[in-house]
Amino acid sequence: MTHWLIAPVVLPALLAPFIVLAARYHIGIQRVLSLAGVLALIGIAAALAWQAADGTITLYQLGDWAAPFGIVLVGDRLSTLMVLLTTVLALFVLLYAIGSGWDARGRHFHALFQFQLMGILGAFLTGDLFNLFVFFEVLLIASYGLMIHAGGTARLRAGVQYVLFNLIGSTLFLFALGAIYAETGTLNMADLAQRVTLVSAEETVGIRVAAVLLLLVFAIKAALVPLHFWLPSSYAEAPAPVAALFAIMTKVGAYAIIRVYTLIFPPELSVTQGLHDLWLLPAALVSVALGMIGVLAAKRLERLVAFAVIGSMGMVMVMISLFTPEAIAAALYYIVHSTLAGAALFLISDLVRTGRGGSLALTAQPPMAGAALTAALFFAGAIAMAGLPPLSGFLGKLLLLQAALATPQAALIWAVVLLSSLVSILGFARAGSQLFWKAKSITAPEDMAPASVPAPLAYLAVGGLLALLALHTVFAGAAHGYTSKIAAQLFAPQPYISTVLETPGKLSTPDPQKKDH
Amino acid sequence: MEFLVASAIGALTAGGIYLVLRLRSFPVILGISLLTYAVNVFLFTSGRLTIGGAPILREGAIGYADPLPQALVLTAIVISFGMTAVVVMIGLGAFLGSDDDRVDDAPASAQDSPEARP
Repeated sequence: MTHWLIAPVVLPALLAPFIVLAARYHIGIQRVLSLAGVLALIGIAAALAWQAADGTITLYQLGDWAAPFGIVLVGDRLSTLMVLLTTVLALFVLLYAIGSGWDARGRHFHALFQFQLMGILGAFLTGDLFNLFVFFEVLLIASYGLMIHAGGTARLRAGVQYVLFNLIGSTLFLFALGAIYAETGTLNMADLAQRVTLVSAEETVGIRVAAVLLLLVFAIKAALVPLHFWLPSSYAEAPAPVAALFAIMTKVGAYAIIRVYTLIFPPELSVTQGLHDLWLLPAALVSVALGMIGVLAAKRLERLVAFAVIGSMGMVMVMISLFTPEAIAAALYYIVHSTLAGAALFLISDLVRTGRGGSLALTAQPPMAGAALTAALFFAGAIAMAGLPPLSGFLGKLLLLQAALATPQAALIWAVVLLSSLVSILGFARAGSQLFWKAKSITAPEDMAPASVPAPLAYLAVGGLLALLALHTVFAGAAHGYTSKIAAQLFAPQPYISTVLETPGKLSTPDPQKKDH
Repeated sequence: MEFLVASAIGALTAGGIYLVLRLRSFPVILGISLLTYAVNVFLFTSGRLTIGGAPILREGAIGYADPLPQALVLTAIVISFGMTAVVVMIGLGAFLGSDDDRVDDAPASAQDSPEARP
């Protein structure tokens, strides 16, 4: 057993306190350590993804305890892909935070950043539901600190809302876990997948309640309407690099839904029949519509981006709720796209804020500093987010429409997706023309706040994210081929279950010859 | 005993939900505390209620108290304790900054003023 699988959790967990203890007064050393940590994480994540690419499922038993008794980490194609996506996103967000000086506007940005990474990566890797809860709490408590980084009244108020909403979500999560444990006597995902099928048809009340509660919890994380109310204010008020990193947090919810509802409660399971198509699909379609209408209605750029994130999460959830291998493959392709595009747009909105000297209102104002480059980046980001050709958002939507064609709700899905895309194009076009074009017709007043051109490193980070989106488009065939392989692995969970449960460890087989060590 | 514990969980949850739906941060935080008490007791009972059971299964023991929910509850207590402390501090900061402890969105006029943010 190699220990590489736990490295994405251990490395940031050790680095963060080291940054606090050894480098708390030296922002330069903090930056170097944080960057080095993220680069090392990318290397590890790439190696893990390469290892899992041929279908190998890597298992790590903590303390060498065998699966249903000990906690396990599992690296399959899906989790290693998400780990790689998170670390790559983290690199560009970190570059932006350093380039724009956001990390120096409050204390402990880099330590909290590393703790946040630890929570997210752990949530992707764990194979145990209670451990998933613990990693959710780790990522949340770090996100509370990051969310109110640099302070300010509006940010603290939004922070209170964000924390309270997530605390209620955590309580729901615990209720769901208690119900699952009471019904099945286990919290290991692979073990659960076997035991849920053994629940007799007359006694399914508890497990059904637990399945719905769990779906609610993950839907809160994924900002599915009507559980999305925490997202616009908190993402809009959070510091831009933090909001960009949060673009992966909604995907943690989507990942958890894909994992739990393909492995433990698959669509063909009679116990939870009707849960997916009856409840998830309508909620997802309303999310798409509401997100895109929010894009059109937003009065400030950062709220516009927050609603675009809700809309694109709705798009992901529409694909997930179809629960066919084609739709899950499309969802995973779109998750990569939506994470990068959402993060890029949050960073671009901060470029606009810097160039305008602090204002993000979508009204015509005097020309901003560095307008030409910022406008070009906004144009590319808006095309990606709205799903216009040639960028990957268009391909993702095409894959969704193709996957939806075979389902009975095809007409509804096509109508909602296409109309909401039109609305979002209008919204982005309106925002772009207000921000960049109308500025020419206004002369600057004397008492205007001093604006500054954003730092080159900030532009580099945004450009890097957009370049990744372009790569995601150019190599769409290969990317979609890989997500199809991931979906195939998800819909044939038997190797996952047998790897987790049959790998020997302590307590696995009562072997009298072997002494406890 | 089951009835007593179940109604205690129900009463705590009901009180918690009522308080969470208030508009001021103090009752909301109290409500969340009540909810976490409820969920802790709920987790504790998920291993079935036993009286006088052996803590560790050994030869000759008739039954045993499931130790896993106790470990889960311990984790949940520590996490909810820490989270409550964090939310009290953030809520205090927001109250001191704006002389107002409402938890809903500020009116639109206050949001649009650029000086509200650093």
